[in-house]
Amino acid sequence: MKRHFRDIVPFDQDSADRAIEEGHGLHPLDEYLKPGRIPHIWCPGCGLGVVLTTYIEAIRRKGIPVDKCVVVSGIGCTGRVAGYLDMDTYHTTHGRAIPFATGLALVRPDLHVTVFSGDGDLFAIGGNHLIHGARRNINLNVICVNNFNYGMTGGQAGPTTPVDARTSTTPMGNAEPGFNLPHLAHASGAVYVARWTTFHPRQLVHSITETFDKKGFTFIEVIAPCPTGYGRPNKLGSGLEEMRYYKEMSEVRNGADPSKAEIRLKGKILCGTFINVERPDFLETYNNLVIAKAQGRDKGKAA
Amino acid sequence: MGKKVGMEVSIAAAEAAALCDVDVVAAYPITPQTHIVEHLSELVANGHLDAEFVPVESEHSAMSVCCGSAAAGARTITSTAAQGLALMAEIVFIASAMRLPMVMLVANRALSAPLSIWNDHSDAMMVRDCGWIQVFCENGQDVYDHVFHGFRVGEDPRVLLPVMINLDGFILTHVIEPMEFWTKEMAKSYLPPFKPVYRLHPDKVVSMGAFGMPEIYAEQKMAHDVALRNSRPVIDEAWDELARLTGRRYSAVEHYKTDGAETLILAMGSLCETASLAVDQMRDGGKKVGLVKLRLWRPFPFAEIRQALAGAKDVVVLDRSVSTGGGSAPVTSEIRAVMYHEPSRPKIHCMIAGLGGRDVTPDDVSNMVDMALAGTGAEYYIYGVRG
Repeated sequence: MKRHFRDIVPFDQDSADRAIEEGHGLHPLDEYLKPGRIPHIWCPGCGLGVVLTTYIEAIRRKGIPVDKCVVVSGIGCTGRVAGYLDMDTYHTTHGRAIPFATGLALVRPDLHVTVFSGDGDLFAIGGNHLIHGARRNINLNVICVNNFNYGMTGGQAGPTTPVDARTSTTPMGNAEPGFNLPHLAHASGAVYVARWTTFHPRQLVHSITETFDKKGFTFIEVIAPCPTGYGRPNKLGSGLEEMRYYKEMSEVRNGADPSKAEIRLKGKILCGTFINVERPDFLETYNNLVIAKAQGRDKGKAA
Repeated sequence: MGKKVGMEVSIAAAEAAALCDVDVVAAYPITPQTHIVEHLSELVANGHLDAEFVPVESEHSAMSVCCGSAAAGARTITSTAAQGLALMAEIVFIASAMRLPMVMLVANRALSAPLSIWNDHSDAMMVRDCGWIQVFCENGQDVYDHVFHGFRVGEDPRVLLPVMINLDGFILTHVIEPMEFWTKEMAKSYLPPFKPVYRLHPDKVVSMGAFGMPEIYAEQKMAHDVALRNSRPVIDEAWDELARLTGRRYSAVEHYKTDGAETLILAMGSLCETASLAVDQMRDGGKKVGLVKLRLWRPFPFAEIRQALAGAKDVVVLDRSVSTGGGSAPVTSEIRAVMYHEPSRPKIHCMIAGLGGRDVTPDDVSNMVDMALAGTGAEYYIYGVRG
C-alpha cells in the first residue's frame, strides 16, 4: 500500500544552502537560527521574537562563540526558543529547565548557560527550582519572558496573572495576586535582577551582555505582549497597541527597590536594572570551602 | 430517548461534571485536556456551578488538592494528560490507596520524548497499576455518561475508589459529536449525594496518610486489591441503572459481529469505532472477523475476556503503546496472560499502531489483521513504521 507522509520538518534546502554558503540568509541573524525551522509558531504581535533577537544580538556583540553558549528552556511558547537556535540547546520537561541547567553549569563552568523560559514554567510548576537555584547562586543567566498567562495551552491564569485580569480560567477576573518576579528573584538571592519590556530592546541587549560577565545567578524579566492569550480577554488590543502601552506606562528607574515593582492590570511598569551585587557563586564557595578542607585533611593523613 | 445535540466532547464532559454538582475542581493547563477544565472554570465563574475552582501551579498540586478535598468529603474532579499524569503519578497512587473517591478525565496523549501532544495510550499504561478504576471510552456519549457512572461507582460505600475515565486526546476531546444529554432530575436520581465513610472532620479526628510499617504494608496492599476487584458488581449495577435511565447499555467487554468469527480484533478507546468499520468491510469480503471492545481496563474483566476469546482461532490485539524491551505491548501481555491456562486458546497477535497521533484508518486495521494472520514472525509488531 502506498502512503504519502509529509516531511517531518518543513525544510527549505535553497535557503539553508544560501545561509551556509554566504554566511547570511534572509535575515541578518539567520546564521544563529536552525535552517529550515523558520517560520516560527509564535502568533502575530508576540514579543518572543524580540527577546530571541536581543539574546542573539548580545552574544554577537560580546563576541562569544556559539560553541560556548548553551540555551536550556522549559515548556510553553518561550520553550520553543531552544528549537530555533542553531547551537547546543535543550528543551526540558515543564518547569525543569533550571535543574538541567544547574547540572550543566556545574560540570562545564566554562560555558555560558542561559535559561530561557516563561513565567508559568519558571514560577509555577518550576518555582521551587528557581528559588533554590538563586539561593545556591548557581552560575546561570535566567531570561524569563512574562506574558501573564499560559499562552500555549490557550491563555489560562498563571502565577503572574494580575488581580482582576481575565483569562480562559478566570473569565470573571482573577482573584489571586500575581508574583512580583524581580522581588522574588532578589529575595531568593539572585546577584543581578532586571526588568525590561519588549519596547526596550537596546536596554535588554545591554542587560544580557552584562549578565554574561556576572558570576552567579542572574535574572532578567522581559514583559512581552501576548495579544492572543492575554491581550484579547483584557482588551489590551493588538501587539502594537501593547507596545504603545509599554511605551506610555513603563518607567525606567535603575537601582529601584524591587519590592516596589509590583505590576497591576493596565498599571505602571517599573523597569531597569534593580540589583547588581557581588556574592560568591556556588562553585567558588564549594571549591574554597569543601574541596579545600577535604584536600587539607588528606594532606594531614598523608603526613 | 431524548434529542441528540451536537457538542464538543470536552465541553460535554464538563457539563456532565456540572450536573453531578461537583464541589472542587483543581487542574493545571495541559493540551489536549484544557477545554474540559476551561469550561468548568467558566461554569463556576458564571455562577452556574457552585464549586471551588483551584488553578494550581502544577499537576502534582492538582492531584494533591483533589486528595485533600476528597478526604474532606467533597465531590472532586480533575483532568490531565501525558506529562501532567506523569508529574501527578506520585499522588495518583496515593489517592487510590487512601480510598479517596474522585473522577479524573485523562485526555490520552503520548509521553515525551520526543515531545508530542498527540494521542496514544502510553500515559494511561504508565499508571496501569495505580489501583484506580480505569475505563476507556469509545465516543463522546460514552465519555459523557461515564462521568455520572464514575462518581456513582467511586463514591459507593462498597467501593470508595477513584475513577479514571480515558478519552483519546483530540480524536475525542476536540470533536463535536451528537449526544443525548441528561437532565438535572436524571442526574439527581442516578447519583445520590456523596456521603463519605471516612473523612477528615474536626468532630471525629482521624489521621490519613500515616506510615505503613512492614507489619501492615502488605495487608494494606491486599485490602486495596480486594477492594478494587470487589468493585466489579457495583460497576455493573451502575451500568444497569444507567441503561434503565438512558436506554444505553455499557458493559466491561462488548462484542461487534463476533458470531461465528474465527478472527477477533481486540481494541480499546476510540479505535473501536474505526475497527468496527474495518470489520464491516472484512465481513463484506467474506472474512469471518469480529471485534471485541475492552471498556473496563481495571478491575480487569477476566471471565468476560476468557468467554469472548474462547471460540476464536486468532486474536489481533491493537495496542496503542509500547512496552519498550518487554514481551509485548501492555494490553496484549494482559490478554496472553489471561488466556494462557485456557484449554483451547487462540493465537494472540500483538499489533502496535497509532503511536503519537499517527492516524489509524479502517484500511490500516484490515491490513494489520491480514499481516497478523500471515504471520509477522515477532512477539509484537509496530505497524506502519517508515524506512
